[in-house]
Amino acid sequence: MELNEIIRPENRVYKKPELLNDTHMHYCPGCSHGVVHKLVAQVIEEMGMQEKAIGVSPVGCAVFAYNYIDVDWLQAAHGRAPAMATAAKRLMPDKLVFTYQGDGDLAAIGTAETIHACNRAENITIIFINNAIYGMTGGQMAPTTLLGQKTATCPYGRRVDLNGYPLAIAPLLAQLDGTCYVTRQSVHTVANVRKTKAAIRKAFENSMKGLGTSVVEVVSTCNTGWKLIPEKANEWMVENMFAKYPLGDLKNKEE
Amino acid sequence: MAKIHGAVVVNTDRCKGCNLCVVACPSHVLDLQKKEVNDRGYHFAYMSNPEACIGCQSCAWVCPDACIEVYRVVEK
Repeated sequence: MELNEIIRPENRVYKKPELLNDTHMHYCPGCSHGVVHKLVAQVIEEMGMQEKAIGVSPVGCAVFAYNYIDVDWLQAAHGRAPAMATAAKRLMPDKLVFTYQGDGDLAAIGTAETIHACNRAENITIIFINNAIYGMTGGQMAPTTLLGQKTATCPYGRRVDLNGYPLAIAPLLAQLDGTCYVTRQSVHTVANVRKTKAAIRKAFENSMKGLGTSVVEVVSTCNTGWKLIPEKANEWMVENMFAKYPLGDLKNKEE
Repeated sequence: MAKIHGAVVVNTDRCKGCNLCVVACPSHVLDLQKKEVNDRGYHFAYMSNPEACIGCQSCAWVCPDACIEVYRVVEK
């Protein structure tokens, strides 16, 4: 069969979601942010919530998320995305409100806002991209940085006596009564990307049903910050990150 | 047995040459351009072995820049 016989609109099985607009993403080649952006766009499109979705973008690499996904966005001060999402959801309960935050935003400066939003059982979804480093500012140590991991501000590796332990946010939020769904996923293989999409869909549905706060943590790579090529970064993540941040559902209130 | 033909179209302007699709492809269809680059200087992905494509969409799912479209025909 010739290529021009296969490449016809009626045979198309996968295309870029329409909500993801044509702006070039500023992310580094191979960054997990792109995959998660695509999944968010796909899920919103499949749920038919284009006109009702409000995202809250953080400060960090994902700060320009409002340029890439064609829904309504708010831009929060550093770490304050869950607080802003709270306001948006309380004023407009019929909207689908989600925050999209990295580990510098959610797990460092915004820990208080995150914990209190989850504890108040706000009907929002928190998408948390955990890549164990501050990517945007040039690869400094984050609270989630693994022990022994080398970054710009811990060039000999993170040490317990000097820097303390890596912070696992998802188990912390899972023990709060306000959260209904806490899951940890990744996007390094096709199977994991599909699972992450299902998790985002479930989280969005939960927030529309008013069950409480849903948290989707995505264990991600930062190949530039880790100084690895994208596929090696994925391998490094599987070898090192999953021991501290194991994948799976931590809490699912429906069950 | 039904024969499956697949093909991918890469949006070469959007592609950043991260190589993740090349690694994800189970039938080794894709490769990065060795010499050609797009207007941003990235060696974009292309089908180096188009006959082997089964239209499984693995490349498209893992692509961080959503630049891959997949086409699939099942011949009965």
